[in-house]
Amino acid sequence: MATTATPETLPVHDDAHDLHSHADHKPPFFQRWFMSTNHKDIGTLYLIFAIFAGVIGGAVSGIMRAELAAPGIQYLSWWTSFLGGNGANFDETLHLWNVLISAHGLIMVFFMVMPAVIGGFGNWFVPLMIGAPDMAFPRMNNISFWLTFFAFISLMTSAFMPGGTGMGAGTGWTVYAPLSTSGSPGPAVDFAIFSLHLAGAASIMGAINFITTIFNMRAPGMTLHKMPLFVWSVLVTAFLLLLALPVLAAAITMLLTDRNFGTTFFDPAGGGDPILYQHLFWFFGHPEVYIMILPGFGIVSQIVSTFSKKPVFGYLGMAYAMVAIGVVGFIVWAHHMYTVGLSVNEKMYFTAATMVIAVPTGIKIFSWIATMWGGSLEFKSPMWWALGFIFLFTVGGVTGVVLANGGIDDNLHDTYYVVAHFHYVLSLGAVTALFAGWWYWFPKMFGKMHSEFLAKLQFVFFFVGVNTLFFPMHFLGMQGMPRRYPDYTPAFELWNKVATDGYMIMSVSMLIFFVNVIYSLVAGKKAAPNYWGEGATTLEWTLSSPPPFHQFETLPVIDDKAAH
Amino acid sequence: MRATTIRGRSGDNLVPDLQLQRGPIVLKIRKEGDRLVMGIRRTVQFIAGAATSLAILPQVAMAAVATADAPVAVATAAAAEVATGGYVPMKPTPGKGMPEDGAIWFQDQYSPIGDYGSWMHDAILMPLITVITLFVLLLMLWVMVRYRKSRNPVASKTSHNTLIEVIWTGLPVLILLGIAVPSIDLLATQYESPPKNAVTVKVNGYQWYWGYEYPDNGGFEVISNMLPEAEAIANGEPSQLAVDNRMVVPVGVPIRIQTMGMDVIHSFAVPSLWFKLDAVPGRLNEKTMFIKEPGVYYGQCSELCGARHGYMPIAVEALPMAQYEAWVLEQGGELPSSKQAPAKAAPAAATPAAAAVAAPSDKTAPEAEKPAAADSTTA
Repeated sequence: MATTATPETLPVHDDAHDLHSHADHKPPFFQRWFMSTNHKDIGTLYLIFAIFAGVIGGAVSGIMRAELAAPGIQYLSWWTSFLGGNGANFDETLHLWNVLISAHGLIMVFFMVMPAVIGGFGNWFVPLMIGAPDMAFPRMNNISFWLTFFAFISLMTSAFMPGGTGMGAGTGWTVYAPLSTSGSPGPAVDFAIFSLHLAGAASIMGAINFITTIFNMRAPGMTLHKMPLFVWSVLVTAFLLLLALPVLAAAITMLLTDRNFGTTFFDPAGGGDPILYQHLFWFFGHPEVYIMILPGFGIVSQIVSTFSKKPVFGYLGMAYAMVAIGVVGFIVWAHHMYTVGLSVNEKMYFTAATMVIAVPTGIKIFSWIATMWGGSLEFKSPMWWALGFIFLFTVGGVTGVVLANGGIDDNLHDTYYVVAHFHYVLSLGAVTALFAGWWYWFPKMFGKMHSEFLAKLQFVFFFVGVNTLFFPMHFLGMQGMPRRYPDYTPAFELWNKVATDGYMIMSVSMLIFFVNVIYSLVAGKKAAPNYWGEGATTLEWTLSSPPPFHQFETLPVIDDKAAH
Repeated sequence: MRATTIRGRSGDNLVPDLQLQRGPIVLKIRKEGDRLVMGIRRTVQFIAGAATSLAILPQVAMAAVATADAPVAVATAAAAEVATGGYVPMKPTPGKGMPEDGAIWFQDQYSPIGDYGSWMHDAILMPLITVITLFVLLLMLWVMVRYRKSRNPVASKTSHNTLIEVIWTGLPVLILLGIAVPSIDLLATQYESPPKNAVTVKVNGYQWYWGYEYPDNGGFEVISNMLPEAEAIANGEPSQLAVDNRMVVPVGVPIRIQTMGMDVIHSFAVPSLWFKLDAVPGRLNEKTMFIKEPGVYYGQCSELCGARHGYMPIAVEALPMAQYEAWVLEQGGELPSSKQAPAKAAPAAATPAAAAVAAPSDKTAPEAEKPAAADSTTA
């Protein structure tokens, strides 16, 4: 039974245009992009924002890799002077390093991956895939985006504020007390904390929006167990955001009051404990890494199914594996803290609990392979990226099993091995999934076909580049090179040099990415509604490319046999 | 209570305005060896013995050999280096206790826990993850070749198979259980407490240098700063790792390391000793260190602590007991009178209670702990 959507009339301040007289009638420029209530436009804004932030975060890592290519301090003094500091002051120079590592982490986590997968793809495709006209709270959707935007401004501003030994917040993305409290006088850390507050509030509102939309606005006939896996992944992610971010907000608020109002939550001199901050931070921080990767799982599931021309193997197992990862993700946080002086009981528990995560993750890997088994595989560009994801995520996952062992982590903790591990699951996992989703849906979003050749070429450079960049970091870590070091003993030179070469290969792939985007937008062929063919069965393929400004004014009805 | 006399070169790296003013530091002493832990340990060891005796046995044997070896090594080293009275910093052996050019594996390990840990990694974890990764890769390559469109134009519609789903859920569970057993035992071993009369070094983390305090030897503190590159190279030491004053400890005996952060969190880490413990303000962390051979072992601060986080390396110099004691005296420290006595018989001066405490804490039986609270007074 199909019901007809009755769009409420939005108050339009100026003229006689009736926004809803035609499904494709768009509001004027400023109103459309700055006061947007349209999930697709907000999704586009998020994607543009994420690309912009990603370029900055990537450039920061470029400065870091250049500096690390050889022992000694090469470029940091120049950059310190360039940013308005005193490059002759050694401490200020080194402080800049800490600002760079902090900025790289915060930007990539909060302003690149999260806005892209949740704000971008989530906004664009959750309503399309469940057959909804828009998100449940379109205006809250808008404020989520603009809060994220101003959070980014706040973080950028912090780089030009005094932060102790130099300009900017040099606390690491983890903002551990007491380095972030008594160790960093000056407003820089306050601005960084405020940035996290804004980004957190934005994400909480986004999470509420997604949960409400998914629970209430599915098309008739689309039960929870018929939802596409991407929607499942966003649903689980939204719950993680909703439960984890308030804890972060509390922790950083306590940091603020410790810094400015004389409280001593994390200061032993007043009865506080710096380790309390770490518990609170990682109670948020561990679910956060699943927040970044789960939507990637969803994207890869859609792509693998599409290009195998088969439904996802073990759909229910896949959906509940994500739920399980989400649940278990909340009870393993202290594996980030094995060396702080946990008791042996705690360490045993967290070792055991952490290893449990390998089980649902394994289910996902095997189910993707089983989906392809017996399929009729077409190797279009998104499939290249999705296959790359499965392999790279496996590599990152198994090193996670190594690190899960508290006794092994006593050596590897805070070394480059950890850096290699989390870049394999995030930089090579989440980001590979991002590009997979980007080329899967780019023609759908923008109506123009991209160059398959360039998208595949980009994959080749990316795959070779990131592996050259991050695999040697395992070696460095096992040899004992600590994280967050601007300089090192000459023994570490070889693999640092190789890593920097890898960065350069990887940056070529980014260049190809932009060439492809510009080429497609300017000269790309017009995209058909379902340009991937019979394997693409979810609801967004029933719409034109790009979809009309308002879709599903008549709700689609899902019959019993609808594929996932 | 922390009467620290600063000796040696004081912290010339310090930025004065960053010196933190703190009130009295609250000590949190972690209680070692409560009964529950020991209970779990014994259970785990029982399971370990029963289920994976094959896997564990070589390791146990290795550890036993290692401890048996140590005194011999000590003796020969002591004979070779005749105590001349004046302490001369030991020349590091290239490739020992420091990273090597372009190496891709762990540094050679010089502690029993390092042997155990690297064995666990090399013999269990590494083969396992390699096999799993290759298995996934092979499956992927197989489906990519076998089920490509040109070879398999019509896709099957299979979407469920309960048996295989049960298998790929259950099998990983079993594998993980297999990992968990040695992993938990490794953890338990790492938490074994040092004997009551073990040499104690309190490692103080400062922005940005280390202080090594010897509370049982008169409480002197050695301040350790990084050497400039030119000096390090002149000394034949690796740059960024060499320090002016090393942490000197005896070889072949358990050492009680206690860490504390004096301003922000630091982390005391020595990769070749499989040792890493955070130095947290207001908290006294404790862990046993055991070094099998004399030598110099380098490490670096492993928790972001501000601008010069990368410029506060660690150098541990392990010396035979006699030389270590000579070094202590040279630093103006004293040897605890109880130190020599309990090895043979309880001295007349010791109270019966003290003797009762000292007797079970023989070097070979560090597990035996009766009064759990007794070891909380060292700082």
